[in-house]
Amino acid sequence: MMAGPRTFDLKRYPGFGFIAAVCLGLLYLPLFVLVFFSFNERRSVSNWSEFSLDWYAKALANDAIRQAATNSFLVATVATISATILATAAALATTRVPRFRGLTGCYAVINSPLMVPEIVTAVALLSFLSLIGLELGVGNVMIAHTVFCLPFAYLPIRARLHGMDTALEQAAADLYADPVQTFRHVTLPMLMPGIVAGAALAFVISLDDFIITQMVASAGATTLPVYIYSQVRMGVTPEVNAVSSMLLGVSIVIVSLAVLLRKKETT
Amino acid sequence: MAERRDVVDQATWVDRFSSLPAARRSLILLSPAFALIGAFGLAPLGLILVYSFLVPGTYGGVVWELSFGAYIQFLFERDIFDGTLTFHLSYLQIGARSVILAGLAVVGCLLIGFPTAYFIATRPPGLRNVLIFLVTVPFWTNLLVRTFSMMLILRDQGPLNSILMGIGIAEKPLSLLYTDFAIGLGLLYSFLPFMVLPIYASLERIDFRLVEAAYDLYANRWRVLQRILIPLSLPGIAGGCFLVFIPSLSSFLAPDLLGGGKHLMIGNLIAQQFGTARNWPFGAAAAMILLSLVLIALMIYARQVARRERNVA
Repeated sequence: MMAGPRTFDLKRYPGFGFIAAVCLGLLYLPLFVLVFFSFNERRSVSNWSEFSLDWYAKALANDAIRQAATNSFLVATVATISATILATAAALATTRVPRFRGLTGCYAVINSPLMVPEIVTAVALLSFLSLIGLELGVGNVMIAHTVFCLPFAYLPIRARLHGMDTALEQAAADLYADPVQTFRHVTLPMLMPGIVAGAALAFVISLDDFIITQMVASAGATTLPVYIYSQVRMGVTPEVNAVSSMLLGVSIVIVSLAVLLRKKETT
Repeated sequence: MAERRDVVDQATWVDRFSSLPAARRSLILLSPAFALIGAFGLAPLGLILVYSFLVPGTYGGVVWELSFGAYIQFLFERDIFDGTLTFHLSYLQIGARSVILAGLAVVGCLLIGFPTAYFIATRPPGLRNVLIFLVTVPFWTNLLVRTFSMMLILRDQGPLNSILMGIGIAEKPLSLLYTDFAIGLGLLYSFLPFMVLPIYASLERIDFRLVEAAYDLYANRWRVLQRILIPLSLPGIAGGCFLVFIPSLSSFLAPDLLGGGKHLMIGNLIAQQFGTARNWPFGAAAAMILLSLVLIALMIYARQVARRERNVA
């Protein structure tokens, strides 16, 4: 029962705290189970025997996994760098100019990879690449990733540009800096937190992608998610748990960095 | 000598760029992103629109011949011998299952997401940031890994079955995996953060003096929720529903891994046609139907947002 009117907490709804706990439990318990059984000594992902790092050692020694991990990081790095550069240029073009006709259209084009369902993008790219006969192996995957990482890099950079005071840029212009100098010495340093946040998100999104890579990647261009998927289809072993846990760890670290960076920026 | 020429070249390049009118500079800055998205984002979409009106090749690919066969195939089955069309439901069922499961995922996410968002929004700032961070992390972590981890939970020998048997609800392991229930739970689990975050963003801005005033006027908790909290967080609720519905509708992983590939949704149907079934035009038509559904949802949502903004202004 509620306490007397004196201690009546008008913000409180009974049961909401419990539901919030259920929500966090639902989000995290499966991940805990996944990580927990990656340390299982026996070849089982449901019966615990003893703590062991064997599966991690096995995973790290597995050539297929190493190849997939190398591809994943290579693709993510190239896609992040190219998407961030293109997104920064696009963000400057859509914020530091007087509103022009078709600006909404520009936003729509840049953000279109977000709106189209992944599976549709995947089969469309598959058809397109096979029609034009582009066979660059990992290169195909890099191009595909750059396209869908672009809006993820663009949005934080544009947000940062929007929030930035133009006074310093105007001061630079008053002091005879040309637009390129102004950008290099004033805008870019101030924009950096947005660029780093955008790059971090692009990296995570690239590392995360499964379905588009699955459709576009040729035999030698397998990434970690594609490898994990093929293993899961074949049967579950703690080795898959170990690889998945490592991938999970990398994503969590990068996302935490991006969040911390944004917090530092706003305080 | 060479170095000096370099400097001069660079200066002229900079000068030339700087002296351009602002609109031209914008165009130059935008063009690389536009070219890439145009070539590898929009052109492929145009291509599968064309493919959806062609005839399937025997070993995948297409034959360049105009046909509405792919769209007709959704509703009718053509008899191989006499070519008569008979109405059939199997593809329509896949479409209906996708819409229903996505709808259920939205309802489930809303029922869990709203109280969670409200609970977080009413915590002290420090705790609030920690909780929002905890909701944000799964939002950005690998969906395949997350779906796989849900598979581990639902397995016959998985922890959920152990618990159910431990407390005596089930006598023997229930087959939870590879059911529509598993797909629905998977969608709910996958996209829950998409519901919590936008609702939180709008609840956070609510002025609680309004709530206080309502209680002073003898409103009870339910009335406050119904008349103040829900209306004021409506933009977040609408945004969350939209953000959960779209990826759920086009989900591939949840039905594939948790449904075992037997309970198809549109996403699996599309992948299947481009894979083992080798019927690209039909897959392209399915992709076009899915894309249209998504764009319709997007337009309804955008219109609602525009209307709300007009009302505010």
